[in-house]
Amino acid sequence: MAFEIPKQTNAGKIIEVTIGATGEAGGTRANTVTIGGSTSLPFHFFEGDHPHRPVVAMEVFDKVPPKYPDSLTDRFRDVIETPGDMAKKCVEEFGAELISVSLEGTHPEKGDRTAAEAADTVRAVLESVSVPVIITGHSHFEKINEVMKKVCEAAAGENCLINYVETDNYKTIAAACMAYGHTVVAQSPIDVNLAKQLNILLSDMEFPRERIVMDPLTSTLGYGIEYTYSIMERIRNDGLAGDEMLALPMLVNPGSESMRVKEARAPEKDYPEWGAPDLRGAYWEISTAMSLLAAGADLLVMHHPEALRVVRKSIIEMCESKERV
Amino acid sequence: MALSGLDIFKLLPKTNCGDCGVPTCMAFAMKLAQKQAELSQCPHASEEATATLGAASEPPIRLVKLGGTDPLEIGNETVMFRHEKTFFNQPGIGVELRTSRDADHILTVIKEIEAYSVERVGEELKADFFLITHDSDKAEDFTNTIELAKTNSSKKLILDCSDPAALRAGLELIKDVRPAILLQNEVVDDDIDLAKAFSASLILTGDSLDALAGQAEKAREAGANDLILRIDTGNLGSELQDNTIMRRSAVHNNYKPFGFPLFTYVNAEDGFDAVARASLLLCKYDSIIVLPSFDKAMLYTLFTLRQNIYTDPQKPIQVDARIYPIGEPTPESPVFVTTNFSLTYFIVSGEIENSGISAHLVVAEAEGQSVLTAWAAGKFVGETVAKFFKDAKVEDEIKTRKVIIPGFVAQIQGDLEDGLPGWEVIVGPQEASDIPSFVKNVELT
Ligand code: SF4
Repeated sequence: MAFEIPKQTNAGKIIEVTIGATGEAGGTRANTVTIGGSTSLPFHFFEGDHPHRPVVAMEVFDKVPPKYPDSLTDRFRDVIETPGDMAKKCVEEFGAELISVSLEGTHPEKGDRTAAEAADTVRAVLESVSVPVIITGHSHFEKINEVMKKVCEAAAGENCLINYVETDNYKTIAAACMAYGHTVVAQSPIDVNLAKQLNILLSDMEFPRERIVMDPLTSTLGYGIEYTYSIMERIRNDGLAGDEMLALPMLVNPGSESMRVKEARAPEKDYPEWGAPDLRGAYWEISTAMSLLAAGADLLVMHHPEALRVVRKSIIEMCESKERV
Repeated sequence: MALSGLDIFKLLPKTNCGDCGVPTCMAFAMKLAQKQAELSQCPHASEEATATLGAASEPPIRLVKLGGTDPLEIGNETVMFRHEKTFFNQPGIGVELRTSRDADHILTVIKEIEAYSVERVGEELKADFFLITHDSDKAEDFTNTIELAKTNSSKKLILDCSDPAALRAGLELIKDVRPAILLQNEVVDDDIDLAKAFSASLILTGDSLDALAGQAEKAREAGANDLILRIDTGNLGSELQDNTIMRRSAVHNNYKPFGFPLFTYVNAEDGFDAVARASLLLCKYDSIIVLPSFDKAMLYTLFTLRQNIYTDPQKPIQVDARIYPIGEPTPESPVFVTTNFSLTYFIVSGEIENSGISAHLVVAEAEGQSVLTAWAAGKFVGETVAKFFKDAKVEDEIKTRKVIIPGFVAQIQGDLEDGLPGWEVIVGPQEASDIPSFVKNVELT
């Protein structure tokens, strides 16, 4: 029998979400980044459209994480304490398409920096780079609500991606996003129904759907990546099948999650069979990122410059296959 | 495609002769549908019935075996997504040996890879095979390399050799080990004869799906059934799509030419690129993954991904229930307790490590469930945890008499103190990520 390609047509389409605002739109970004718009599974050009390719961001810090691996400290030594300079290096030297500013240092137990200091950090990054910016918080509800309110105001009109709200803490931050023209990340703990429920809660407060990016909660290679992987595949399948509350682009964090695990840091003498730590850290992040790309990631926040480079290169190469079908 | 009892009944003689040991053909058909009987028990079954039932019971993707003893089994997959059921047979991961390199170098690499093994979650992980690529112009380099691999390793062998005489000579050296032959050119009758003569699998290469389907048809018609398919377009996105199309054709449409495991040779610029390509294709359906060189960090990364993706999603993965040292604990170090769900164990041990202290982590038997699930099921309650402490002889090894329990099961505090006289039970944080700040603020011992 002659071979015929079995194509699957989907009723749904992933919402297009734009991050960043140029001068015309009331911001100061040189360009915006749009993700989503897919009508088939990741990179399935043979049976659907993918008007926007997945993008890669890099993370800078208000306070250097205590477990930041030596191999990365070496690469950023001169700029690591200065988020604006580090952001510039990430964009100009390493090809980051967005910058994520981590405000972990405002956590009461991790530095307790003030909301005003956080706003200064964000302003410095917005001034030193012209790509769209992600602003990444933490799980201390009271403090992060105070910080995000201030930061959203300081970055008014820039359409930053405010990362994140969760079911138990979304109202304050979502309201600030709406008031000051930002997009939001809706994070839920590796569960299709909880992801959906949070999007419904946001819709109930009239948060526009084209301003929501989902974070299914990244677990890294060796530490439960299979859960994230399968939840993302299910979310994407359901979204394409027509469930509008799941038809949103997804953000993942291969960088921060890989950096925390011992495989990215342990010296070779402790684990000779694990190979060289510098390579291992990058490999861990790359492998996490590439599997989650296959599962439906649209925006990947990376830490290792080699990981960012090769993941971005792979995305671009995969999109070239569009021409072949 | 499974057949119903009625479908099968239509294929039987309908004479109710009872020779099959069951009174009626219908009853026998029902047994067949439930796989409680074999068609051969009916002496009167027609050839058509045998053929139809045989085809229906075949898996959509053939199980292919590499190697004589303890073979590498690939294929036999039934779904597109692991959440639909599971992925069954882990892909083989191996390394290429080129015959143009000098024999000393080849021997060193073989020995290094043979000696390499790494443990993760109780599984011993090793490279599965060598791909021997004949790129020297001397036939004896090929046979010598095979000889070296055969004498110094237990790995399965895949042979890539465009010189038919050298290939045959090489196969003569490894008669009983079911190797695979990688064909770069279109399959010809000689290849099929050779594969049959040496019980080898054939890896067919095509630059398009049509070309590959044609080759698979040809090989199947000639009676070669142990096939592995390789699409070679040089573009990662095309490979992802082609792999998906082949898998879907086989699993959903029972399209036989694509009902075989898939192969990829990772052609990369550097190690980072190789990890990127191999990771994506491991998730998306390749069953044989060849790496261009030996790199421990790369193998460890890919072994871990393979283990994760091929984990049965229905079955929680467990770690051994026992006392785990974190850092370098002394008998006076703090004691934490959690369940033996592997993800829980990894996260908790990682966060204790992140906190910078040394401690004992008591991983209690809870059938591999997470803390809340195990508690709800009565598997992680005061009584069971206290019993585990006794069974694991915690008091013999550890002098500390305070134990930190997960914040989500604060309820078990009283019962656990009753069950462990002399112990103080401290309620820890709900989230493992709060362990580092918790240990700073609480008196742990
Ligand atoms: S032996 Fe065959 S023909 Fe006879 S009853 Fe059984 S199924 Fe029917």
